[in-house]
Amino acid sequence: MLDHDILIVGGGLTGLRAAVGLCDRFNVGLISKVYPVRSHSIAAQGGINAALTNNPDSRDDSWEKHTFDTIKGSDYLADQDAAEIMCREAIGIVYEMEHWGCPFSRFPDGTIAQRPFGGAGYPRTCYSSDITGHVLLNTLYERAVAKGVKIYPEWFVTALCIEDGRCHGVVALDMRTGELIPVRAGVTFFGTGGYGRVFQHSTNALINTGSGIGMAYQAGLPLEDMEFVQFHPTSLIGTNILMTEGCRGEGAYLLNNQGERFMQRYVPSAMELAPRDIVSRCIQTEINEGRGFDHPLGKYIQLDLRHLGSKKIIERLPGIRNICIDFIGIDPIIEPIPIMPCQHYSMGGIDVDKRCASEILGFYAGGECSCVSVHGANRLGGNSLLDTIVFGKLGAQAICEDLEDGVPRPDEKPILRLKDNVEEKLRRLATPGREKPYRLHAELGAVMNEKVGIFRTREELEQALNKLIELKRRYREVGVSSPVRYMNYELTAALELDAMLDVSHTIILGALLREESRGAHFRTDFKTRNDGDWLKHTIARMGDDGSPVISFKDVVITRYQPTERKY
Amino acid sequence: MIKASAYTFKILRYDAMKPESSPCFSSYKIRVIPGLTVLSMLIRIRDEIDGTLSFRCSCRSAVCGSCAMVINGKIDLACRTQVAAFDTDTIILEPLPNFEVIRDLVVDLTPFWRMYDKIQPYLIRHSPVPEKELPQSEEERRRIDQYVNCILCACCYGACPVLAREPDYIGPAAAAKLERFVLDSRDERPAGALDIVNDEKGVWACDTLFRCIDACPKDVRPTDAIVGLRKAMVKNRFQKMLGKAKDEA
Repeated sequence: MLDHDILIVGGGLTGLRAAVGLCDRFNVGLISKVYPVRSHSIAAQGGINAALTNNPDSRDDSWEKHTFDTIKGSDYLADQDAAEIMCREAIGIVYEMEHWGCPFSRFPDGTIAQRPFGGAGYPRTCYSSDITGHVLLNTLYERAVAKGVKIYPEWFVTALCIEDGRCHGVVALDMRTGELIPVRAGVTFFGTGGYGRVFQHSTNALINTGSGIGMAYQAGLPLEDMEFVQFHPTSLIGTNILMTEGCRGEGAYLLNNQGERFMQRYVPSAMELAPRDIVSRCIQTEINEGRGFDHPLGKYIQLDLRHLGSKKIIERLPGIRNICIDFIGIDPIIEPIPIMPCQHYSMGGIDVDKRCASEILGFYAGGECSCVSVHGANRLGGNSLLDTIVFGKLGAQAICEDLEDGVPRPDEKPILRLKDNVEEKLRRLATPGREKPYRLHAELGAVMNEKVGIFRTREELEQALNKLIELKRRYREVGVSSPVRYMNYELTAALELDAMLDVSHTIILGALLREESRGAHFRTDFKTRNDGDWLKHTIARMGDDGSPVISFKDVVITRYQPTERKY
Repeated sequence: MIKASAYTFKILRYDAMKPESSPCFSSYKIRVIPGLTVLSMLIRIRDEIDGTLSFRCSCRSAVCGSCAMVINGKIDLACRTQVAAFDTDTIILEPLPNFEVIRDLVVDLTPFWRMYDKIQPYLIRHSPVPEKELPQSEEERRRIDQYVNCILCACCYGACPVLAREPDYIGPAAAAKLERFVLDSRDERPAGALDIVNDEKGVWACDTLFRCIDACPKDVRPTDAIVGLRKAMVKNRFQKMLGKAKDEA
């Protein structure tokens, strides 16, 4: 049995920030299924929001205005006290990352550069060209190395141990040796990321299966607002690699097949810099109404950077240009980029409070796998990097406070029992089955894409639900090709698929029940927001039969009364 | 250009847990369409033909550095290599050189990370922290740009001829990381911090054959870093002789 005071699961920004905040006082271990710098935080491009007022156009900005933009962007579903905390902390967080060596781009006066982003009243998105996630993740990893944080790379957590109302630890698979290892911890903190890969088309890394969310749910934790799925307006067709909102922040146009800047017809005041949920719906509408372009890889809209000129493109968006050249053979200096909207972010997640604490003693979560909620029904661009680091830090602080009286040492028996269960499950998966995990994963992705996408209806969601129930049934027949447990990616995929099916179940059911349109959740059969019935969070718990049982929770409203969301 | 509707992928297989079995190639014939990458084909082979195939991948967009391997003799990321990039309809995949293989295309990166840890890969400062950001000019930021772009994929490490004969050599990636901090206007590491790489296992081991530069998928030039570090060391030595070393000031 491996013992730690605090076990952190996830080597992205949230997990690393939490580890850095805790390792001076506690015996911390950090488990990551990949080397930490391979985590999906690395892929964030555009930037991190903080009201630094460095941009000449943002001298009047403030954290309060950032808060308002965040709450309005959330379509008033964010908990306002939590959004306030995040936006107030933002300024200190960005300075702290800078002090730790983060190489932000600079303005001529030597201050951190800031660019405009969607749904923001001022240019407040701090950036490092178009590799902001890369520089932030490297900086925090460097910090973790400097502080000697104990990291277990390529360890895969298979199950979370919750019994008698407290969290005991996890059972992990050392992917290198194939050994199953019980890990006991006084506190377990999840920063395990989002579930993008339950959708066929997603900007997310292939590792973003949401298995952390699914594992927590299977262990009895509630999930919040799972129906709110962000679809990013601009992903490259085919591969769905993200084309940062920073492109539009720098002035790129969206064009239909008439050569028209169609955003003019939908949101003339904000144009291309309307929030993501709105822009994605506009693009999808243009495509659905026949004003898209045709390509063997699908229908698309153009993201046109050409008028920015080669100097600005090479200086501010070099990564975007390289991706276009490498992956679709297009140089955006010469040609527009073919884009389509696709899944990008999960607003929902493990239900935690603004201290990252869950209802279970000894279990905390932060970042994309959690729902505080600061993003409500739609997250603003530049707020996810912020969320990850702020709540990594605040989660660590909360854990310090909660362990003032000493570190608990949970009972090891429940963990050993859980290990036996996982052993049994691995043995079952290793017997040849009729179903292959990747086949089921592909079918799941397809149905989520087709039936639980940007525009939703009761009929399609019911079809998705039926399909999901069929997939869950077929999962019982899943078998993998090889019984070995080391570097067996088919085996870990089979384990993750189990979690993905449960995560998808909560998304579909939440979307089916929520008979209104709010933020990223748009029902064509209930086209308007309905505060009277639906200004509330959805809470999903696993019922006795394995299906989610939905209840509701009030939204915290402090200073900003919900009004119509207009841009 | 696509050379055929079906490509043959020959993949070098090995399992370090079964040392009695020697490495051998498995062949897979698979249909391709233009625009597909080597990684997407690997995924299809694993998903549709052979679930026992092991390889690493994560971002599939050339930013996470997981999928470095040898592709038709050239080291690159599988995710950013188009199958149509070669003059043949056969693609041969081998694990990254200069590492022990764990299984198939998965290599043991432990030595790579050990070198990374060794050079103190973090900003070192002693001065008090200001309330706001440490000022840095656009020019100062540009100076570290190429090194900041490093994604730690280890392509350079696999390509390095020195590492092939001297496994204790610090290697190109760690040198580039060190230079990233040495050149950072905010960093205050003492001149003595370079001693870690100031020997025949350090930057003096480099043959300056530039293989690391050829192999880098992100246009980083580790040899520039190695030459820069050598110059800094020579300069420090002269300053020390003149009694002006930063350490002694």
